[in-house]
Amino acid sequence: MLPRPVVEARGIHKHFGALHVLKGVDLVVAERELVFVIGPSGSGKSTLLRCLNRLEEPAAGSVVIDGVNLLDPRTDINHARQRIGMVFQSFNLYPHMTALGNVTLALRKVAGKPRAEADELGRAALARVGLAERAGHRPGELSGGQQQRVAIARAIALEPRVMLFDEPTSALDPELVGSVLGVMRDLRESGMAMVVVSHEMGFARNAADRVLFMDQGVIVEEGTPAAIFESPAQQRTRAFISQIQRH
Amino acid sequence: MSNWERFLDTFFNGRVMARYLPDIAYGTLVTIELAALVIISGLAAGLALALVRSLGFRPLNLLIVFVVDLFRALPPLVIIVFIYFGLPAVEVSPSGFISTWLSLALVLMAFSEEIFWAGITSIHKGQWEAARSTGLSYGQTLIHVVLPQAIRLTIPPLTNRTIAITKGTALGTVVAVSEILGMASSAVSNSYNPSPLTLGAIAYLILFLPMVIVGRWLETRMTWKR
Repeated sequence: MLPRPVVEARGIHKHFGALHVLKGVDLVVAERELVFVIGPSGSGKSTLLRCLNRLEEPAAGSVVIDGVNLLDPRTDINHARQRIGMVFQSFNLYPHMTALGNVTLALRKVAGKPRAEADELGRAALARVGLAERAGHRPGELSGGQQQRVAIARAIALEPRVMLFDEPTSALDPELVGSVLGVMRDLRESGMAMVVVSHEMGFARNAADRVLFMDQGVIVEEGTPAAIFESPAQQRTRAFISQIQRH
Repeated sequence: MSNWERFLDTFFNGRVMARYLPDIAYGTLVTIELAALVIISGLAAGLALALVRSLGFRPLNLLIVFVVDLFRALPPLVIIVFIYFGLPAVEVSPSGFISTWLSLALVLMAFSEEIFWAGITSIHKGQWEAARSTGLSYGQTLIHVVLPQAIRLTIPPLTNRTIAITKGTALGTVVAVSEILGMASSAVSNSYNPSPLTLGAIAYLILFLPMVIVGRWLETRMTWKR
């Protein structure tokens, strides 16, 4: 018997006003799998990601994360979200707290750890992203790459079952991208299931198990990185790949 | 008597000042008491209204906006007179002190609600999303993430507004509150000399200058690098 998937989203629909942004999308992510989502802007890829932790409420469909049905009204969404880490394009660190404060807030308030234990776990998470010695710094005192790594530490400190990355390197200066991708690669090697929305094709080729191409609210095509990047079957995928590779 | 001597005798008459100093000191205590009550209750009510408004319950928010606009539009003196002379018609007779307190607290509530609300809404949506994505509840996000940032932003406008409204305690003189101005004016009528007003002005300076300075200090201390 196959192990239970970590993410099992079926038939997701989402509307923004008159706009039908997700038209019945399925996404299943297995243990230790890294799924990469690409597509033009407005294709619905970020919205799909945000449906997976219910930052967006799907209009129809089901989202089951680690066996918990997120759309069931009886589900304690705050409890469930500890198991779903999310990293945003604009970092969204709390500017009034130190790096350690950012990482430990949910450990203390959601996971209910006493301060000493939360600090210990927080420091361990910061060490995993290579920022142990920056624990006492405020976000304003850190580079963009360091801020994004603190944001990753904030999510992994809660020991999630899956990590969602929403264009994690798009807001970074080119020379800072590498450090964030390095942390993501380490996470991947540790066996974390990940869903990554990004345009970092090099990273996708090296690290992804599967690449999904989305356009206009549907998954147009999916396959291994080699299949999608070298020999896409669909005309739309080909057009998109050639367009981003020209840059 | 030269003009200069006449000026000194009119506004800085030592004998009159010494005679009425205890009255002005008493008035100062009343003003402090009134001001403290107005600030505490006004800001607390304003923050509470802003928090309720952040829940986004539409009918309630329309009511809040109506009340806030009402008390921002009405001159505080009109509200004082309404409460003091109007309420007895419905068998409620608040004292001048309570009328002044209530009126100024309502006005401060209205203005501070708008300031707190502006502070809360100015916090980027990403802060909410990041906090909620780690499992923090709505209330926890508000208390630990949004409010600490919002309140820092609101300190400068809030301090200015609080000082402006708290100075309105002088309006209490109209409904016979024995605060600084009330005590000073009756001393002027009794002594036929305006020097008690000078004393009163000094008392106001002693009270409000520190507030202005503390406000400035908070303003510089509360900024932080983004």
